[in-house]
Amino acid sequence: MHSIPKHMPTSTVVSASRGRSAQEDPWWVRWTLISLSVLVLSVLVILPIANVFYHAFSNGVAAYWNNLTGDRETLHAIQLTLFVVPIAVCANVIFGVAAAWAITRFRFPGRTILTTMIDLPFAISPVVAGLMFVLLFGAKGYFGPWLQQHNIQILNAWPAIALVTTFVTLPFVARELIPVMEAIGSEEEIAAISLGANGWQMFWRVTIPNIKWGLLYGVILCNARAMGEFGAVYVVCGRVIGKTETMPIRVNTLFEGGTSETYSSSFAVASLLTMLSLVTLFIKIALEHKTQADLKEAAQTHQTE
Amino acid sequence: MSIVVKNLSKQFGNFKALDNVSLEVPSGSLLALLGPSGSGKTTLLRIIAGLDNADQGQVHYENEDVTHQSPRDREVGFVFQHYALFRHMTIFENVAFGMRVRSLPRSEIQNRVHELLRLVRLEGLHKRYPSQLSGGQRQRVALARALAVKPRMLLLDEPFGALDAKVRQELRQWLRQLHDEIHLTTVFVTHDQEEAFEVADRVVVMNKGHIEQSGTPQEVFDHPATPFVMDFLGNVNVFHGRVENGMAMMGALNIAYPDYPHAESRNATAYVRPHELDIERAPFGTSSLEASVTQVNPAGSVAKVRVFSKEFGLALNVDLNLERYAELQLKPGDLVYVAARRARVFMPPAADYAI
Repeated sequence: MHSIPKHMPTSTVVSASRGRSAQEDPWWVRWTLISLSVLVLSVLVILPIANVFYHAFSNGVAAYWNNLTGDRETLHAIQLTLFVVPIAVCANVIFGVAAAWAITRFRFPGRTILTTMIDLPFAISPVVAGLMFVLLFGAKGYFGPWLQQHNIQILNAWPAIALVTTFVTLPFVARELIPVMEAIGSEEEIAAISLGANGWQMFWRVTIPNIKWGLLYGVILCNARAMGEFGAVYVVCGRVIGKTETMPIRVNTLFEGGTSETYSSSFAVASLLTMLSLVTLFIKIALEHKTQADLKEAAQTHQTE
Repeated sequence: MSIVVKNLSKQFGNFKALDNVSLEVPSGSLLALLGPSGSGKTTLLRIIAGLDNADQGQVHYENEDVTHQSPRDREVGFVFQHYALFRHMTIFENVAFGMRVRSLPRSEIQNRVHELLRLVRLEGLHKRYPSQLSGGQRQRVALARALAVKPRMLLLDEPFGALDAKVRQELRQWLRQLHDEIHLTTVFVTHDQEEAFEVADRVVVMNKGHIEQSGTPQEVFDHPATPFVMDFLGNVNVFHGRVENGMAMMGALNIAYPDYPHAESRNATAYVRPHELDIERAPFGTSSLEASVTQVNPAGSVAKVRVFSKEFGLALNVDLNLERYAELQLKPGDLVYVAARRARVFMPPAADYAI
């Protein structure tokens, strides 16, 4: 019995030698490039993020807490975001798994077109996305009069916010799953069927455990993007204070509020969103590692077999 | 449980994978579907298992028509070429899968998994994951997993195709032993004629979506029904010529052919295996062919000699046993005489010909 080596050397290490090797640039080129990167990152990323927290906490932690919870409108905005985002994420998980399944498990005409269509929301400006829904559901839109007759409120209410958020984040889950499912292949699923599993059992016991890290990765990215969505929501939500404001909209309202009080409140809410991005970043790094390992293993089993 | 396949046809786009195939697998037998890639053997196996649907025809298990049954209802064990083990499950869970989805009691599952792991000689490895096993071990897990659901038959798709030569050899013999112990009707697909002949009770040779010949390994090897089977089962020397009056005249080679006693001359082709040719230093028999030795390779269980006949522009492969080779002391350039002990003559079907 022979065992399959788990880690194959992928490249030979060039032994370090004194003096400059052919691939190495002179020291001043290296240092210029490194300093430039650090400078750009500092000015464009680190400084602004630190500044958000500085402004948020400039009056102390008590004031910060009061800014977040003392104001009913701000609290409502947080609640609305926490209500709408899970809806959008759930819709994306269902759509993403279904689309990835269709694309990787079946061969049908229009398959490549569907793959391209999934990416479309990335290419469309969020403002345009919002306008598209206004044109559909607005008072002068296609479904507007009908909705009005039946007393259904979509625009200027949470359904529109959920819809545009789903639209804007649509590609995240599907895009993560397609390469994972492609690499893993359908053999295990067919094996499950041949062993007597029905479609549901196959999906939950074989497919989901195989794609869980990729799926979670997609969900995390989708969640971060959904919470931060501003443009599309701005167009459809009507910006009724205390009713249809989400967190990013609330940040904007407070920022434009004019007083120093609303100014620091806006930074408090902004810092909450920023913290969310930082947490997302760390989870993303951890999950990326897991999905890469999954993909590598899938590639390896295909190679050795 | 016998398997009866009636008039199966299957088309993928313009490609005819199966063309009106009928086949019977006797209960308790071990049958090999042998053929080159694209011959339809895997498609046939998958249709028997219910993993693919035929365009036409029926599949019966014993007297039960299962053509439209799902794989779940057919209760077959299927083993895949690339094992298809569940990578996120332990060996125990892999073997238990079929019983879990059927909601069998825990204690029964426990007992049966351990019994099966003993059968495939993998006791003690139940906590490992598939990636921690070698190819041969993985394929044995796949077999145990397929047997766990007490299938009515076992179907294997190129089960040893992905393994290296030595492990393949071991597993072949082991599969044969296992079959002798459990007597489960078994069909396996292979493109390796040696594997088919070593393991199977019956061999079915397939080509381009139809069955060329079926029979015991002995029958198929000794009496190939078609030129394709003759060619597929090993090296052959091919002679083109004519038959008439009970003789096959292949130019270089004349042999008796009593199957065709008619006076009318017809085109024919004769096939002679390398070990069915004899070499002498002097002319012998009724018609031996003069040739010169071009190549000699005594490494192996037989000495492979290549000769060339200038008169007919014909290169021939001859296998000599090593004693005979030592006697003859052949060298490249030697003048020798070659004759066939045995040949198989095939006449192409002719539309204008009637007996």
